[in-house]
Amino acid sequence: MAVSEQEILDGLGDIVNEVAGVSKEDVQLDKSFTEDLDIDSLSMVEVVVAAEEKFGVKIPDDDVKNLRTVQDAVNYIKQAS
Amino acid sequence: MSSEATRVVVTGFGAFSPLGADAPTTWQGMLDGRSGIGVLDGEEFADLPVRIAGRAAVEPTEVLERVQARKLDRSAQFAMIAAREAWQSAGTPDSEPERRGVVMATGIGGLTTLLAQYDNLREKGPRRVSPLTVPMLMPNGPAGAIGIELGARAGVHVPVSACASGAEAIASGFEMIRSGRADVVVAGGTEAAIHPLPLAAFANMMALSRRNDEPTRASRPFDKARDGFVLSEGSAALALESLESAQRRGATVYAEVLGHGMSNDAHHIAQPQPEGRGIRDALTSALTRTGIDPKDVRHINAHATSTPLGDDAEALAIRSVLGDDAADRLVVTAPKSLFGHLLGAAGAIESMATVLALHHRVVPPTINLDDPDDDVQLDVATEPRELPAGRIVAFNNAFGFGGANVVVAFASYEDQQGAG
Repeated sequence: MAVSEQEILDGLGDIVNEVAGVSKEDVQLDKSFTEDLDIDSLSMVEVVVAAEEKFGVKIPDDDVKNLRTVQDAVNYIKQAS
Repeated sequence: MSSEATRVVVTGFGAFSPLGADAPTTWQGMLDGRSGIGVLDGEEFADLPVRIAGRAAVEPTEVLERVQARKLDRSAQFAMIAAREAWQSAGTPDSEPERRGVVMATGIGGLTTLLAQYDNLREKGPRRVSPLTVPMLMPNGPAGAIGIELGARAGVHVPVSACASGAEAIASGFEMIRSGRADVVVAGGTEAAIHPLPLAAFANMMALSRRNDEPTRASRPFDKARDGFVLSEGSAALALESLESAQRRGATVYAEVLGHGMSNDAHHIAQPQPEGRGIRDALTSALTRTGIDPKDVRHINAHATSTPLGDDAEALAIRSVLGDDAADRLVVTAPKSLFGHLLGAAGAIESMATVLALHHRVVPPTINLDDPDDDVQLDVATEPRELPAGRIVAFNNAFGFGGANVVVAFASYEDQQGAG
């Protein structure tokens, strides 16, 4: 597809940095949003909406709870785009 | 616990105002008689009948950490900065979290968040409404954020009484300590309502000065040519503490809070009762509830917003309760001439000024009082004025739409008095 895994990871890094102030380099595939990246449930919605806009995908609320790690999000976005 | 009522003192203060980004700068600006009012030059203000206001001297995003700032409405940003300063200046009291409280009032709440998110909804759709909208617009957003920051588990409260809110917060904080719920309370008010909507709305109530060409001369309480108030923004907070707690940790005490008087006009939702009946009741209540001898009241920080009706009603009520000879012994000042009307923060920043006037024994001046209204007949300071030595009392008046009247009574404090 058009977007590579690395591009998605980069994009998520920018978003998490904007929302939570975590440095982009710390946004790695194995990191948990809530446990490692200082993202609470409200901030997660911000991350999701920003990712939808950036990658032109739809992430329904029901699917958000399955996005525990950055890898989960990368996989979801890659498959949806 | 002794049978005597718990004494409550002020051990710290903070401010973020049109005169400065902290309390010392704000206070110095007041002593210098500096105006914090300026022209609103944004395109969104161009069509308004009123294009002047008192913007905060510094943008709060220059002070707060970016990620924290983006989760807070502008009113909460102001309040967070003022509350932190108050807590720091009190020497970060070591009270138990269960004995710490916050009372952070607001007149309106997260107005600019509400309006910006409504724009998002209409222009970009429901998905783009921020999940932070509710915690940012709710009136207890600022108080809640400060409560988390300070770990204040005794209670976090938000009185809402329009332009009396900030003074009601000081009174509420006093009651939290006096009633035994808390040892230390950060109490104050905040407002961030400089936006075309409230400017248009207040202007249509005929409440605002239209002196667009002379912004620094627009707010002129007690002057014959006054034509309304000037909308301002900012926050202030006091650290209130039981005297026992303050003495135990050797904190500097700036003044004592003796108590308060409250009333309601029950007259009109937005206009003052012309004879100042409700103000009179609040002043009388402040005297009787605290047992103050009226002759000991040597300073009043007036609410005086620069509206034709309100200033006269207040002056009349002061003379009616404290005597027609009040001008012989008490000095009045109207600080809205300097920093404008901070709405829900007004009673907080003016309580802070009252405390500092007692502490430094100097009353900051009222500016723009070129031709005093004949009906005022009070001694209004137009230069910094010295206050007498010894134990003296000062009042901060604050009144709000809805008819609310709040008078907070402070007394000067010297260490040897605490031992007695």
